[in-house]
Amino acid sequence: MTRQQTLDLYFMDARWKLIDLAAFIDRVERAEGEDDFRMKAFRTALMELSKGNREKAKQVLLAFSDPTTEPIPTATTKAACGAWPGAQ
Amino acid sequence: MVSRVTDDYTHMVTAGCQAVCEPAFWAGFDRSSAAGFYDYFCQLTEHEPKRAAKFGLPHFSWLCINPKESEDLKLADDVLAIIPKFLDRPNVLGIGEIGLNKNSRNEIKVLEKHVDLAARHHQLILVHTPHLEDKLKGTRLIVDLIKSDKRIQPGRVIIDHVEEHTVQLVLDAGMWAGMTLYPESKCSPARAIDMVEMYGNEQIWMNCACDWGVSDPLAVPKTALEMRKRGHRAEAIDKLVFQNPAKFLGQCPNFKLPEL
Repeated sequence: MTRQQTLDLYFMDARWKLIDLAAFIDRVERAEGEDDFRMKAFRTALMELSKGNREKAKQVLLAFSDPTTEPIPTATTKAACGAWPGAQ
Repeated sequence: MVSRVTDDYTHMVTAGCQAVCEPAFWAGFDRSSAAGFYDYFCQLTEHEPKRAAKFGLPHFSWLCINPKESEDLKLADDVLAIIPKFLDRPNVLGIGEIGLNKNSRNEIKVLEKHVDLAARHHQLILVHTPHLEDKLKGTRLIVDLIKSDKRIQPGRVIIDHVEEHTVQLVLDAGMWAGMTLYPESKCSPARAIDMVEMYGNEQIWMNCACDWGVSDPLAVPKTALEMRKRGHRAEAIDKLVFQNPAKFLGQCPNFKLPEL
């Protein structure tokens, strides 16, 4: 697809997702309290979007990822929370 | 499919699905004994194929104790001991979906035992990779572990749930990459096609998350439609959604499809 065709197909979808994202950040910032490790990772990931990197999805995923290499001693939960707590 | 309604089978057949391949996975709760797994394996190899057959859909399954229940080593050993009794069932494709969930030491021990089981019985391997923040680390650990067992041919392994930060790692290891499609929270149809456009269409396929959570058994046909919108040719779509999985699964003698 050309860039124009890509925009024709995906712009409206991306536009509402971007507005939804902005509204989420507004919602968090209206609420009392502090950011936790998830929101800190989120803000780090957001910065990846303006760096001009050609693999932005990959960089965003890496911003949320556990970078360590050693297994953890024991699994104390089954669920993932979306961001690595160790990044805070 | 064990947690889906029969309407899903109707919709899948109507959408052109040619077969369903169901991995052993977490039921949403921990089973209390190996006997619970025995019943589950009977369901996957006896009951569910009959239910699918009523809709003209061949049903295949994978067997294992999934990584979410691998923290209990005694339970895992008990389940591993009963799996060989089911390996000669006619719809069994191999060992899966094994892998890691939280990347713990016990999960790794159980993964090693599953890989050994697959090697001793010459089974294909389907691997679950962890979700979200645990995926990158888990994928690295899994790929390294499997590569270290020289009995396993990489081309007989599919590493599932890849995303943009893990797909190249898997392909570079000579293994197959599976992109699991979700309606929310994980890989979307558009991103799956992006990955194919960026990393190529060899040794890669797509599958639907199709479980008790928010999931869509028609995610693959919907992604085929998305490919058409982007101008992908019919041959390229067929390769990704049918020929590639058939090539990988065809390494198992049990995988036979009716003539199209």
